[in-house]
Amino acid sequence: MKTENQKAWFFVLPVLLLVAFNALIPMMTVVNYSVQETFGDNVFFWQGLDWFEQILRSERFHASLGRQFMFTFLILIIEVPLGIAIALSMPRSGFWVPVCLVLMALPMLIPWNVVGAMWNIFALPDIGLLGYFLNHVLGIHYDMTQDPIAAWVTIITMDVWHWTSLVVLLSYAGLVSIPDAYYQAAKIDGASNWSVFRFIQLPKMKTVLTIAILLRFMDSFNIYTEPFVLTGGGPGNSTTLLSIDLVKIALGQFDLGPAAAMSLIYFAITLLVSWLFYTLMTKDDLN
Amino acid sequence: MQKRSIVPILYILFLMLPIYWLVAMSFKTTNEILSGFSLFPQTFTLDAYRTIFTDPTWYWGYINSILYVSINTVISVAVALPAAYAFSRYRFLGDKQLFFWLLTNRMAPAAVFALPFFQLYSAVGIFDTHLAVALAHCLFNIPLAVWILEGFMGGVPKELDETAYVDGYSFPRFFVTIFIPSIKAGVGVAAFFAFMFSWVELLLAKTLTAVAAKPIAATMTKTASSAGYELGLLAAAGTLTIIPGAIVIYFVRNYIAKGFAMGRV
Repeated sequence: MKTENQKAWFFVLPVLLLVAFNALIPMMTVVNYSVQETFGDNVFFWQGLDWFEQILRSERFHASLGRQFMFTFLILIIEVPLGIAIALSMPRSGFWVPVCLVLMALPMLIPWNVVGAMWNIFALPDIGLLGYFLNHVLGIHYDMTQDPIAAWVTIITMDVWHWTSLVVLLSYAGLVSIPDAYYQAAKIDGASNWSVFRFIQLPKMKTVLTIAILLRFMDSFNIYTEPFVLTGGGPGNSTTLLSIDLVKIALGQFDLGPAAAMSLIYFAITLLVSWLFYTLMTKDDLN
Repeated sequence: MQKRSIVPILYILFLMLPIYWLVAMSFKTTNEILSGFSLFPQTFTLDAYRTIFTDPTWYWGYINSILYVSINTVISVAVALPAAYAFSRYRFLGDKQLFFWLLTNRMAPAAVFALPFFQLYSAVGIFDTHLAVALAHCLFNIPLAVWILEGFMGGVPKELDETAYVDGYSFPRFFVTIFIPSIKAGVGVAAFFAFMFSWVELLLAKTLTAVAAKPIAATMTKTASSAGYELGLLAAAGTLTIIPGAIVIYFVRNYIAKGFAMGRV
């Protein structure tokens, strides 16, 4: 068991100071903006909670929040099972393992604006590989700058391409940590593939899957650069996710008050959902 | 067994297609790109790469990015090591709350913090330095490094610590010469993730720099807008941003394969 030791705080102090400097001061600035109104020249007026009320009632916010949940839901429901399936079908050892892992990790190490730009030129209707293939070989009309469904399919595919490997790598790490003896025991008992998965592999992957799902939730909920470069939020507002909308309000219209209030609401939602995930998935460990 | 390997093969093929397209495009002339579809470069050219390697505004972008990413990786892992040790070995007032609070910083959308970060780092007087970007990226990299390292440290039996003390090791000497080497794989994985998230993040990096520490991404967006749409150049610059990442994965490939043992408790 862990020993009680208050001096441990000294070990945590550097981390605490660095993160607090980066987190608390900017957060206070945002809180400050969120309750005031400004007409420039550094003159501010107390506004109270008006901005929060305005944002919570605005249909524009509801719409982008809905799109955001839709996006996060879709990518989680595709990436998590797909990632597990790929990890399960990978060889456990041998020459090909590092090769597979290196190739799979590659998309995650490409800067986010390059990912967006890359998928943009990949999907161009007449000169991109994907666009050309769909339009001229399969004969499906595909133009993501015109058609909202095509735009959605493209951003989802891009995210699956970009991040499924994270789930694969983490699940795989959980799988290789299972001792062979477990499988032998299962074989002797005549366990089916499904029960091996359900009672041996899945429990062993639980910790890493928690990390993977939480990371994917947080990062997809905050996604900005890739869809912004790929579709710019269009056509119309069909792919304007929460972050894109926020930047439009903050820097496009320079409405700092509403943007700050929206940031805080946004942050609170992310926090709440992550906390729910975190408690639900670590519940058994605490007991 | 053999039939199963079709899944990873198909998946890797899917991953490689857009990358192939980017690389192929970087060897094409602008004319060829815009005039129509071609699977392979018809008139193979290295012009785009020549431009990047001879123009200081281009290649300095790469140097700047590599500098701040390296500083960030070193800071993140260095301060995360003792903190992760504290979380993995001791109970102290507010430990659980602190751990969750650290994680919450990964949840803050960078878009929210761009403007306040700009104001903060201007006020401190390090705007447009590599250090500014490196420190700002600590916001999300330190929590992740602590999380990963704590997982690895949990796998090291406590008897190791106790034996070392009985043998008369002081804490710093034990930590540096015995403990850290025993979680080498964890340090590798943590450094890999720190490098990765700092290398790919651009919003803050762009906001916190102007000229002296401008990252490659900012150079790319600027060129894309000022020179019309030079797809070949953009593709070449993009291709070159993949290389540092590829080198880093190559170095940690064995840790990823064997290690990555978070949760191996």
